[in-house]
Amino acid sequence: MKDDDTRRPDPSSGVTRRDFMKISGIGVAVPLVLGPKMVEAAGEEVAVHGPGKVPITLNVNGKNLMAQLEPRVTLLDALRDNFNLTGAKRVCDRGACGACTVLMDGKTVYACAVLAVDAQSAKITTIEGLTQGDALTPVMQAFVDHDAQQCGFCTPGFLVATTHFLESHPNPTKEDIRRGLSGNYCRCGTYNGIRAVALATKPQGSAS
Amino acid sequence: MSEYQWPDPATRPLLGKRISRVDGPAKVSGRAKYTYDYNPNGLLAGKILRCPYAHARITSIDTSAAEKMPGVKAVHVIQGPGTELFWAGDEVVGVAAIDEQAAEDAIRAIKVQYEVLPHFVSDAEPPKNVGINTGPLSQDDFEELEDNQVPDEQVIATINKNGISFHPSEKYLKASQESGVSAKVIQALRAAKYVEGGATRSPYKKTAVQKQGEPDKAFASAASVSEGLYGASCITHCCLETHGMASEWTGEKEMVVHVSTQNVSGMAPQIAEPLGIPAGNIQVLEQYVGGGFGSKWGPDRWGMTTAHLSKAAGGKPVKIMLERAAEQQVAGMRPSGYGRAKIAADKDGKFVAWESTSWGTGGMGGGGTPPLPYIFDIPNQRKQNIAIATNQGSARAWRAPTHPQAAVITMGAIEDLAAKMNMDPVELITRNLELTGKRAGTYRDELPIAAELMEWKKKWHPRGDQTPGPVKRGLGLSMHTWGGRGHNSDCDLTVHPDGSVEIKMGTQDLGTGCRTVIIIVAADTLGIPMENIKLFIGDSRYPVSGGSGGSTTTGGVSASTRRAAVDARERLFAKVAPVLKAKPEELEAVDATVRVKSDPSRSLSWKEACSKLGAMPMTVHGKNPDKSKTPDLTNSGVGGVQMADVSVDIETGIVRMNKMVAVQDCGLIIDLKTAESQVLGALIMGISYALYEEKILDPVTGRMLNPNMEFYRLAGISDIGEMKVHMMTGKDYDERGVIGLAEPPVISPGAAISNAVANAIGVRVPFLPLTPDRVLAALQGGRS
Repeated sequence: MKDDDTRRPDPSSGVTRRDFMKISGIGVAVPLVLGPKMVEAAGEEVAVHGPGKVPITLNVNGKNLMAQLEPRVTLLDALRDNFNLTGAKRVCDRGACGACTVLMDGKTVYACAVLAVDAQSAKITTIEGLTQGDALTPVMQAFVDHDAQQCGFCTPGFLVATTHFLESHPNPTKEDIRRGLSGNYCRCGTYNGIRAVALATKPQGSAS
Repeated sequence: MSEYQWPDPATRPLLGKRISRVDGPAKVSGRAKYTYDYNPNGLLAGKILRCPYAHARITSIDTSAAEKMPGVKAVHVIQGPGTELFWAGDEVVGVAAIDEQAAEDAIRAIKVQYEVLPHFVSDAEPPKNVGINTGPLSQDDFEELEDNQVPDEQVIATINKNGISFHPSEKYLKASQESGVSAKVIQALRAAKYVEGGATRSPYKKTAVQKQGEPDKAFASAASVSEGLYGASCITHCCLETHGMASEWTGEKEMVVHVSTQNVSGMAPQIAEPLGIPAGNIQVLEQYVGGGFGSKWGPDRWGMTTAHLSKAAGGKPVKIMLERAAEQQVAGMRPSGYGRAKIAADKDGKFVAWESTSWGTGGMGGGGTPPLPYIFDIPNQRKQNIAIATNQGSARAWRAPTHPQAAVITMGAIEDLAAKMNMDPVELITRNLELTGKRAGTYRDELPIAAELMEWKKKWHPRGDQTPGPVKRGLGLSMHTWGGRGHNSDCDLTVHPDGSVEIKMGTQDLGTGCRTVIIIVAADTLGIPMENIKLFIGDSRYPVSGGSGGSTTTGGVSASTRRAAVDARERLFAKVAPVLKAKPEELEAVDATVRVKSDPSRSLSWKEACSKLGAMPMTVHGKNPDKSKTPDLTNSGVGGVQMADVSVDIETGIVRMNKMVAVQDCGLIIDLKTAESQVLGALIMGISYALYEEKILDPVTGRMLNPNMEFYRLAGISDIGEMKVHMMTGKDYDERGVIGLAEPPVISPGAAISNAVANAIGVRVPFLPLTPDRVLAALQGGRS
């Protein structure tokens, strides 16, 4: 998380960074105070966030991370710009290519298509959260062995997607792979290797 | 005498083996840091306001509101009032702010007014009379007609009809006559009426007609003639990591730059010159790059904008990475290339004549001229190319510039001729291999291997799958060539007394396996494990190594590394020889030991040997080329054959890949695993541009209609079918030295797939991508 003045909270939000740190240390009762305003729209209660920056807490790779962010900031940009978790890549930025794939409560999502404010109640796992230290997961090792990567920019997204796919399809057919891994694009053309990974690898031992 | 020559096959512990790329673990774990990921404290986010019109002049710019907005740290006008802009998406104003949201808001607060000008974005077949303007001829127009060898009668008729918009002086007329303009034309110029204006410049630029032999005679006497329309649309590079740069002024005239580039060593001079600071004061850094494919050579206008914004913001780092829409519009495209081509063969099936008119666009600069006819030097030819200037972001080199287009046109024409002759195209091509010159032997080796892997003899049928049902299956093939000689490369190799080795080189790894190749060559030469070698690349402070383009990197970096490693080994042998009581030339470095060749029991471990260097490490310098250290370790000229097997649903027009086969030569292979990956990747990229990719411009607005990744469609994992790659190795191949591999295998897929579709459905679908609408249109045309 950044600690410099360039990303200090917008004074118009009424909560300074220091205030926010103090408040968030108080505990569970506070979100009720700080929580979004509710309005009724189309017969439903809808949360209104902002305007300006609001305090956001994300549970990422088992840790609670906090920042002051505008409600329009995506989960992807929050991960990359505010928490320096840059494994998920910003490529199409509109839910088409899969390079930003992360797990939200155990399911794959395009982090560019989720707002950070909406991800607050979820358990988020990024590529960085799949490993501990330098050791590779079996799926990661298989990507290396089958050379299922070239420039590597789509690779973390593919890795998260493939890991999740293999957990739900331990013995995939070629047709399963065609359907299950078609949510990610690669420009260098590494699909042949990824297909080999999916056919040959068991994901045991990997974190989820 | 040192032995720089590549070692014999028997003594190559690592060269040519299947070795996993050394940076694989960093990439799969998300630890690899790209320019896009550069995220230091205090980083300012840069954004660019772009022109929404395909052709316009800026009349006013008002940035005052943006400058006052909270969080905005700098505003830089990139192109000011009065500037004429030639494509939608061109850069107008840059902003740096504390985060992207603040920068986006500031961009929206800038007011720019434009005078909208007429645009032209069509690369459809040029009208018959192009080159003949309707308005008065300017001096340029006139010279263009002459350069293009337009017949005198036509030129005179145009001058008489339209007049001229310049005043030719006597001196000019004399010079023209001396340069070959005929007296009749000079006379017409003298008599021409002067007409004000001449602003109606044609977007079409014709090359001179190129003629070889007697094409008319040869066509007249040929046994078979086939004529057709072929081509490939404009596509984009669509690098997954968009173009971008981060600049930080670390002193009055000093900068550190992080940039997504294929050209680490060549970048600083391009940044320094417009800023007026010494190139040596700029450090350029890049560890990983998310794709380039020919499009990332310079700092570009957005990169220079980060330098200006950083300066205005007191030197703080400013990063601009293009949004996807901008990337697709302005950061790189491959020119379209279409052609009407006619080919003829004699009764023995020997090609005797070729005629083509080709055209295409590469943006305002037109497009390149495809080398037609591709590969085959047909004895009698006539050809002409028309480059079309269109209002769109300029073309950039795209893997194997002009070759894929030339292959689609030529190999399509050959396949059509074979169909007309009711002949198997493999047979027709085989009969004409001598026309391919130097690579004939390579193709002769490769064709049967490809045919075997494809089961061509079993699966091929004459044009038009006659089996019942809507799904038709077909086979097609194509062939290609490329140079690929290693570029200039320098490196420093240091051996430490503890046995560790480090190499420094100002190169970059685009995902081709460049890091892996360098370490393999050094480890193979020094006889030590790859883990003993620490490689440093991606920094302009390291010895200069060429940009990665044209398949030149592998040859260049492997040759400089080999020479450095051989010299280091020789100098180490000189230190160690007295200890082993041998002469230096009697020693060898294998299995992490230095030992006497004739008596391996007299040996030192690599570590012990290095300790004889004394207290100080030893650095040697390697170069490519280096005439003092022969032989040449790299070479030029490869051949490849590819075959495609497709199914086409004639009710929906959808094309599906069943299988692709690639047989490829690239001289001495250093890492078989990454080499095969390169070919597999090229096949997939080829399937992508053959079936899906097209940069679509709206004729009404001049804007790109699909500047994104849902409608600019790449092939996915479900689109590729089965793939088989065979690399040519062994005698006649290894001994040629190292040759680059990035361009050649991406040339043929479009042509091979187009031919397979024609074989399946019985008619030619002229242009790539072979989308359902095009397939259905061709089927209707074929039936009517």
